[in-house]
Order: sequence, then structure tokens, then C-alpha cells
Amino acid sequence: MSLQYVLEILPSLFQGAGMTLELFFLTLIGALPLGIIFSLGLVSKIKPLKWILELYVWLMRGTPLLLQLIFVFYGLPIVGIVFQRFDAALIAFILNYAAYFAEIFRGGLQSIDEGQYEGARVLGLSYWQTVRKIVIPQVVKIVIPSIGNEVVNLVKDSSLVYVIGLGDLLRAGNVATSRDVTLVPLLLVGVIYLLMVGICTYILHKVEQRYSYYK
Amino acid sequence: MLKVENLKKSFGGRQILDDVNFTVEDGNILTIVGPSGAGKTTLLRCITGLETADSGTFIIDGQKFNPQDLEKSDNVMGVVFQDFNLFPHLSVLENLTLAPIMVTKQSKAAAQERGLQLLKQLGLQDKENLYPYQLSGGQKQRVAIARALAMQPKILCYDEPTSALDPNLRDEVANLILDLKAQGVTQLVVTHDMEFAKRIADKMLTVQALD
Repeated sequence: MSLQYVLEILPSLFQGAGMTLELFFLTLIGALPLGIIFSLGLVSKIKPLKWILELYVWLMRGTPLLLQLIFVFYGLPIVGIVFQRFDAALIAFILNYAAYFAEIFRGGLQSIDEGQYEGARVLGLSYWQTVRKIVIPQVVKIVIPSIGNEVVNLVKDSSLVYVIGLGDLLRAGNVATSRDVTLVPLLLVGVIYLLMVGICTYILHKVEQRYSYYK
Repeated sequence: MLKVENLKKSFGGRQILDDVNFTVEDGNILTIVGPSGAGKTTLLRCITGLETADSGTFIIDGQKFNPQDLEKSDNVMGVVFQDFNLFPHLSVLENLTLAPIMVTKQSKAAAQERGLQLLKQLGLQDKENLYPYQLSGGQKQRVAIARALAMQPKILCYDEPTSALDPNLRDEVANLILDLKAQGVTQLVVTHDMEFAKRIADKMLTVQALD
């Protein structure tokens, strides 16, 4: 493994990693708030809303993400709905991850004692004030470890976009490996994924620590 | 003065409260006693708007009010829950200032000043930066009282104030409630503890199990 070769292929790997990271961050930015909103619907007393969201969660968790990607990019154009590659990937990832996040947040919401809502209610807080100031901060603490799992999964799941021809990190490594007939690019890809997951884990650990000020 | 007339409440066909009437004079303490399951807590929850009464009239200072209208800023009822229901992620002072800032739109500084004053009054000085898990049961209860008083309710209600505490704290709670009475706070106390009720009550209302 010559250093020169490594330096030669690193720029293309970093370019691929850039796309991976872009998808990663945009998915989180979209899926986390959406997951919170969906979870409020999942615990809602409005039955039709709850049923629709349960169906959605079942569909998203019950079918492979790979199928969903293919469906959005290759399937929808058949009925006249066309997305750019990256947009298609983003839509599939956000919808898929929002379903997992919604389920995690639902569990968190249900673990908040009814007394918290009543305590806020008799003080005159509105439902949204209660959700924002009392419920969500407590739910966040509860769900951080589970969300962390999904975040780490997302780093690796992002590699599925190769199927719709997006140039992510894995694809960059794959191209170099088949062109130069060497294992080095794939090993480097592995190292870069490990680094990204390592950084995520570190940040999540810090966030967990930040919330450890109360029990 | 709080006046409650013809209060009725049933759950699933079972009548829990049938035609309950009572008044609480300003600055007085009314205790609501009775065996467990008689509907004392249900009565309290109807007055504080946590349950909807089937029928009944609620009058405060000559004005009818609807206990369900909890989001109105002229807070009628303050509640000290049996388990206190403090907000665990907020410091003691934040527990006190949240509602004054969010609901009655007080400035943060004014709410904090009033909060610190209440803590001092309840013997909780220097505890403002602690979190609920760092407090003893009796201290949590006093924070709950301070939190309710911060909204300047017309009446302060307690649900079984002695039952979540060490039995030897009973006298302390009684003294605390009597202290607040001396400061002019109107209070309504639900308890199953007759001895405790007699010690603090100006008036007692006995709720009997219906059947």
C-alpha cells in the first residue's frame, strides 16, 4: 500500500464522503422534527390520525429501505412523478427515518407520567407550551440512546444510494477498487466510515452527558 | 370565597359525587375527609378542572367560573399534588418561574424575584439551583406549594399532603399549612387522616362512599 496511491485516491473518496455526509445531515434535519411531530400524532386521541400514522410506520419499517429508494427513483416516474437522484434519496431516507424516530419518540412520550401534564395544566400552561417546555426536554433525555443507534445506522445505510447511481463514499471506493484492482480503496472506505461513526458516537456521548444533570 | 353547588360526577354509570355543596371562606381552611374510594380526590379534580363535573356551579368571589378554563391567566386554583409532580428537568427556581413567565407573561427578573421570595418564605433559601431529585420529600412538597403560590391562586388545594411523606413529618405539614393560613392563604385540603384534618380545619366536609 503505497502512500502515494493513498493520496491519489483520497480526494475522490473524500468527495464521496462529502455526499454521504450531506445526505446524512439533511436526513437528520428532516427526519428528527418530522419524527417528533408524527409521534405526537401516534399518541393522539384523534383515531383516524393515529391509524394513518400507524399505517405509515408499518409501511416504512415493514419494507426494505432499498425497495423504498428504488420505488421513489425508478418507480414513481412511471406515474409521472420524477425526482433528481439526490432528492429521491433524501425523500426516501427522511420518510424512512422519520418512521423509526416517531416510534422511538412515541415510546418516550408514553413514559412521561400523566402527573407532568396535570402539573403543567393546573399552572395554566397550554398543550403546546407543555409539550415544548415540559414533555420534549424529558423525552429527549429518554430517547437519546435509541436515537443514537439510528444515527449510527444512518451513516452506514447511506451507502444504499449506490443503487440509484449516486456517487457516495462506498461507490467512490468501489470504482477505485475495480479500476486499480486493489483492496486499498475499500479498506480506506472502511476506515472513513469508522471515523464518521466514531465522531457520531463521541458527540452522542457528549449530548447524553449534557442531559445527565437531573435524574 | 369559593362556593360549590350541586356538584355531581359519575364514572361509568357509578355515581361518585352526588349533589355536593360547600363554601370556603377567604383565609380559611376547608378539609375534605372520608374513607378512601369515597371520591375526595375526584371532588378535588372537579374543582381544579382536571375532571369535568357532570353538573354543578362554581362561584368565586360572587363570580361564576368554569374550572376547565385553565389557560386563563387569572388563576383561581393552585394545586399541590400528592406526588408533587415537580418538573424534574427544571431547577427549583425554574419550576417556580415557568408558569409566571409563560402564562402570565411576567418578566424573567420579576418572576425570579418573586420566586426567591417564596422560597425564602417556605424555608427553602439557597435551594433555588437544586433539582427536584436532590430534595427530600418535605422539601419537594414545599417547592410544590411555592410553585402553586407563584401563580397567586385564590385558593390553594392539596391532595393528601401527608401520604407521600414520612409519618413524623405530619406535624410539620400541619404547621406549614397553618402558617400559610396566618398569611391569609385560603386552602382546601383533601385527606384521609382525621386527626390531621381536625388539627388544621376551620371547616370539615365529609364525603361518604355512595352505593
